Amino acid sequence: MVKKFGDFTAVKELDLTIHDGEFLVLLGPSGCGKTTTLRCISGLEIPTSGSIILDGVDVTDRRASQRDIAFVFQLYALYPHLTAYKNIAFPLKAQHVPKEEMDKEVDRVVKMLRIEHILDRKPKHLSGGDMQRVALGRALVRHPKVFLLDEPIGTLDAAFREEMRTELKALHVDINATSVYVTHDQEEAMSMGDRIAVMNAGVLQQIGEPHEVYANPVNLFVARFIGSPGMNLLACKPETGENGQLGLRMRGNNELLELPGTLQQLLKEKVERDHSLVLGVRPEDTTVHTAEQEHSLAAEVYVTEKMGSYHIVDLSYGEEIVRARTSAYVDMEIGQNVRMSFDMGRVRFFDSESGQSIMN
Amino acid sequence: MANLKIVSVTKTFGDIEALKDLNLEIHDGEFFVLLGPTGAGKTTTLRIVSGLEKMDSGQIFLDDEDVSDWVPATRDVAFVFQFYTLYPNLNVRQNLEFPLKSPIRNTPQDQIDKKVAEVAKTLHIEHLLERETVNLSGGEMQRVGIGRAIVRTPKAFLMDEPLSNLDAKLREEMRSELSRLQKQLGQTFFYVTHDQTEAMTMADRIGVLNEGVLLQIGSPDEIYHRPTSTFVARFVGSPRMNLLKVHWKNDVLASPGEEMVFEITDAQREMLRKYDKPEFIIGMRPEDISVHDERREHNCFEAEIYFKQSMGAEDILNLRFGKLVVQATVPPTHGTTVGQKICGYFDIDHAHFFDVDTELRIE
Repeated sequence: MVKKFGDFTAVKELDLTIHDGEFLVLLGPSGCGKTTTLRCISGLEIPTSGSIILDGVDVTDRRASQRDIAFVFQLYALYPHLTAYKNIAFPLKAQHVPKEEMDKEVDRVVKMLRIEHILDRKPKHLSGGDMQRVALGRALVRHPKVFLLDEPIGTLDAAFREEMRTELKALHVDINATSVYVTHDQEEAMSMGDRIAVMNAGVLQQIGEPHEVYANPVNLFVARFIGSPGMNLLACKPETGENGQLGLRMRGNNELLELPGTLQQLLKEKVERDHSLVLGVRPEDTTVHTAEQEHSLAAEVYVTEKMGSYHIVDLSYGEEIVRARTSAYVDMEIGQNVRMSFDMGRVRFFDSESGQSIMN
Repeated sequence: MANLKIVSVTKTFGDIEALKDLNLEIHDGEFFVLLGPTGAGKTTTLRIVSGLEKMDSGQIFLDDEDVSDWVPATRDVAFVFQFYTLYPNLNVRQNLEFPLKSPIRNTPQDQIDKKVAEVAKTLHIEHLLERETVNLSGGEMQRVGIGRAIVRTPKAFLMDEPLSNLDAKLREEMRSELSRLQKQLGQTFFYVTHDQTEAMTMADRIGVLNEGVLLQIGSPDEIYHRPTSTFVARFVGSPRMNLLKVHWKNDVLASPGEEMVFEITDAQREMLRKYDKPEFIIGMRPEDISVHDERREHNCFEAEIYFKQSMGAEDILNLRFGKLVVQATVPPTHGTTVGQKICGYFDIDHAHFFDVDTELRIE
């Protein structure tokens, strides 16, 4: 599928299969084309070229109302003058579903969402969470083929967002409805998606299960975007040391970092000598040492961030900040000189020019 | 630089009591974060301190001087609403100079130049000084915004959710940047947010506010490890603390359906016996629950994996113990499958206890 707005190409040659019963998250920064993609699936936008196939049927030329899709823009959009019950029943009423059947369907979704006690209330008497649930109920009551959700919880308080995240995921586990969820928040994507499709500048970068995308990003964009904090990325060049072994000349402070045999082999196969690389390592695979340590690099403590059950220590390394996830018992002083080392079994290498991973 | 005292401040808007007898002392040079959900009264507090809002009763002291009746301009605080608010028709240098060119301050140009150069160096934006603000990246705009606040030396900085409109990545970066900057400047920061991560990572001390009432003040460690109420316990920490209702069953504590029967320590038993109550709330942080294939002797109960949330560095397992769902954070376990039967082990030494009625901490 391609979607252009005038000269601007919002989505470039996108091929994507979403499986039956899957929760797929379209993830990317603003302007990456994720919402446009969702709107094309829904029928609110017409693709410039390409097709949308739903359950084996080409629906590209069908109107939104003929696609049997439920679109949840923002869960808050309720009719203020209708009770919770009437809000949920609304889509069925619009289709002239008989009263008896309507009651049965509404009953089914309110049980699922555990909102039996608020059915008589109008939206202004509902808490934020209950409004969300009612809006979801309205989407669920129709048995649509697909649920499309566009940043439905993006505007909520952080604590509440986390709760809704878990609740939506639980709901999906319970009913297994095919869902496409758009967000710019990687935590939402990781915690809810069966698979994540990462987009940037209209191009699909990578699609995979959360742990795959996290452990094996295909390029620097994905490496940075996924994870909180993102992957540490350090410029370096392979270089043969005095001992004849291949190591990495690190740009940060010009030290030579020794490499295990497997990585030496990999670099020999994949990279030409003197080629600039980026070493990627996750904060939890980065260790801070207060004493001398083999295969480590010198760094300085920039600041420590306490996260409750763990700390993130920001290390200043040349021009860059490297983040290490440590236990909550580690206490470091700003400006303290330390050594840092990486779990070499888990580091990733990227070509510094193309930004692509060289691991695959 | 100054300390800041809020004494018995009340504020109502129509029928709504926004602040109920608020007392707070922020130390000189401290990074203080007022944390709470939307509508807690955080922004009202900040506006009262700045003088933008009048309180119904109470006093504000800045540097031990009662400024309650002073107009905002004379209070000498810098209010940072949102870092993005730059003047688009001015370049970076002019934006930074702006606060110093205020007619009240009447700062000589050579001092302005010196100060701007200093600030630009601190924030690593020397190379941007002549640039138009429209040509800046989001992160650069943020830095200039901060620069404009720190270019003069007010008694205190008041910050109202300055990072909330940024995308997640930039927010992360700016968090450590602000934290570091405050330590470098050694100035008093009074920062409000609804985001517990921001509070935990940046604050020297946190005040948790809900419905106009200050619930707890303490260092991030104290707030996290010794929450004084179930509200604070649930509001701070991600994923949230699990709270379960339990009742006495002889010498142990059982969940309503007896899915879990907690063998508490002697010290815990002695403490709880002093409260003449049949029921308690037990709180367990997700990281204090682990999963095992085989049953251990104590505090290990049969569960089923309801679903898993991969967070990268760790997984959140949603575990079903009969009717109860509990969240545990565990190292990434790619093999774990939904529906799998496992044992959930509760590290009872790390349990928190709360009164069922008052929801206050028992210790």
